[in-house]
Amino acid sequence: MTDRKRTSSSMRFGAGMSRRTVLRGVAAAAGLAAGSKAITGFPAVIAAEPVTLRYLGTAVNQSADIARKVKEDLGIVIEYVPVTTDDVTKRIITQPNSFDLVDSEYFSLKKLLPSGNLQGMSAKRIKHFDKITPVFTKGEIAGKKIGDQGTAPKKVFYLAGATSTKFSPTPTEWITLIPTVYNADTLGIRPDLIKRPITSWKELLNPEFKGKAAILDIPSIGIMDAAMVVEATGQYKYADKGNMTKKEIDLTMKILTDAKKAGQFRAFWKDFNESVNLMASGETVIQSMWSPAVTKVRSQGVACVFQPLQEGYRAWAAGFGVPKTLKGKKLDATYDFINWFMSGWAGAYLNRQGYYAAVLETAKANMEPYEWAYWMEGKPAQKDIKAPDGTVLEKAGTVRDGGSYEARMGGVACWNAVMDENDYMVRKWNEFIAA
Amino acid sequence: MGSEAGVSPASSLVEERGVASSAARLPRAAAAYLLVAPFALVLLLFFVLPIALTLVVSFWSYNEYSITPSFTLENYAGVFEGCVSRLPELCTTFKTYLSTAKFCVSVWALTLLIGFIVSYFLAFHVRSPAVQIALFLVCTIPFWTSNVIRMISWIPLLGRNGVVNQTLTAMRATGEPIEWLLYSDFAVVLAFVHLFITFMIVPIFNSMMRIDRRLLEAARDAGASGWQTLCNVVVPLCKPGIAIGSIFVVTIVMGDFVTIGVMGGQQIASVGKVIQVETSYLQFPIAAANAVILLAVVLMVIWGLTRLVDIRKEL
Repeated sequence: MTDRKRTSSSMRFGAGMSRRTVLRGVAAAAGLAAGSKAITGFPAVIAAEPVTLRYLGTAVNQSADIARKVKEDLGIVIEYVPVTTDDVTKRIITQPNSFDLVDSEYFSLKKLLPSGNLQGMSAKRIKHFDKITPVFTKGEIAGKKIGDQGTAPKKVFYLAGATSTKFSPTPTEWITLIPTVYNADTLGIRPDLIKRPITSWKELLNPEFKGKAAILDIPSIGIMDAAMVVEATGQYKYADKGNMTKKEIDLTMKILTDAKKAGQFRAFWKDFNESVNLMASGETVIQSMWSPAVTKVRSQGVACVFQPLQEGYRAWAAGFGVPKTLKGKKLDATYDFINWFMSGWAGAYLNRQGYYAAVLETAKANMEPYEWAYWMEGKPAQKDIKAPDGTVLEKAGTVRDGGSYEARMGGVACWNAVMDENDYMVRKWNEFIAA
Repeated sequence: MGSEAGVSPASSLVEERGVASSAARLPRAAAAYLLVAPFALVLLLFFVLPIALTLVVSFWSYNEYSITPSFTLENYAGVFEGCVSRLPELCTTFKTYLSTAKFCVSVWALTLLIGFIVSYFLAFHVRSPAVQIALFLVCTIPFWTSNVIRMISWIPLLGRNGVVNQTLTAMRATGEPIEWLLYSDFAVVLAFVHLFITFMIVPIFNSMMRIDRRLLEAARDAGASGWQTLCNVVVPLCKPGIAIGSIFVVTIVMGDFVTIGVMGGQQIASVGKVIQVETSYLQFPIAAANAVILLAVVLMVIWGLTRLVDIRKEL
């Protein structure tokens, strides 16, 4: 009996507690409502109420400096959600409400757009839209066509309509992604350990570098690096390296597999830091690499060159997109942020890291003439070249690898891509790892 | 009459007690359910439900950007593609499982050997309980930092220009740096043993501490040699600990892709790696099929281990 009594009394106590909690909650909510009503009376306070944008992307252009600067200039708070390239795609498909702004690569669009989770961005609301480099809009640079094998941005740049899930081959008002950064990739080498000039992609699988080479562990990119090697050795010429047939995939993977079995590779890498560590520690002397990673190795006092090669570069490009559900104040803030991003400060910031900004004119206005001459015109540095954080990247007199912007972007051979035979390629890649 | 009178109070007592106990039983049963509920809920939400979903999704069809809820066996067919037709050459899945099994066996054997020796030393050679506890705690010190850090810290040690190679060349023990120290099967096994040895030590040590010391004396009195005592008394009594440790180690190694990836330079196949590559290309259904097969294999291994040792009985 006492047992039961205690139980019931404790239950009653519990119920009382919860009722009281509920009451307290209601009171708090009422207070909040009243409070917010009070706030709406004062526009100035609203303006000071910061909008927070959840910015999904790879760590590449998520910099604390950019977030700080935009907070200063616009009062917008940027909340970075840093994930890997693969996870950006995954998040857009599976959790489109978990971000307000995404920085994704153009080659992913073939997978992303049909999902209907992104909305077209209106070119009319982008202030500097007309000044975006023709690399994106027309696929040309200084009036010359550049290589468009793979998923070149111009192929997936325009949407048929605001909410369309189809690309438009001709210009429309609706843009899939507003470009942020892009670059032309090539191999990174350790000149101090190789001790001879490297001029061709075929050196990646040259047995001379057995056990000292590396490629990316991102299948769709790794296989294209291999394709560059295959073409360089003259074994095969692809119609489109970024969209191989099953037979071509078999051929390319066989060459990669043979190299792996012969012990050509030291390791595969998946992110920026891994590639830096492999190179800086001397585990590898030749590998696929990103330009800022080479800069990072060099800033550690290790000789490393982002080596231009005669067959050209494999390029990539990223841009801002917004989820379909975004509207109202947050959407406006997103356009504000994008317009700010293209207005020069951020562009100059990215240029100084070795990437390229989408709007060159505004970026140039935010850079010192000597910086512009070094990074964009391929001229010898007149003064020491410094990173955004002030560390010296290059001494006066050095010339940027690959030369000027036009020489590099003009030398693009193919773009990062998603193939039509993607499934098959992934299966072959797993086979390659198991071999 | 007298006897009736004598019985009746007793029976009424029994009756009363019965009533009282049944009245008390209901809340007690409810209390038991309440006590079990939180964990049952957690298991249901975070274990049963995800596995059920994985199972369901493994039968769905998919393309680049969407998954269609329709029943298909294609994913399983995809996993085992060419596994029969291409024999005697192994298909990707068999090769992958073979590579995983190789790591399982070698890591299991090494952790068992080292774990047993360490536990034996702690349990039977160290006399003072205080020292015993202190040394046991020393065994757990490496676990104060995260798995990933302990794993990555091997890299500067084992690299081509790492500490080990530099020392060896300085001592003129080797002319050229040794390449197979890092990004190799050796590196993977080394990291695994380092990371998971405690999972073996703890249960074996626990089993050993429960062994009645008089049994060892009896064995010696009966004329058994040290070796015979070990084989016929200590090892059989440690079986539950060995089985539990083995289950820990084997299941972790079966599912791991981080350690194999980092220490193997992303070049070594593991089931986890296959699943990782597939999910990164949004091929969730085939990845789910792979996960279901992996789960089945792991369950079979555990089932086999519990056949050898009846853990419930031994505990």
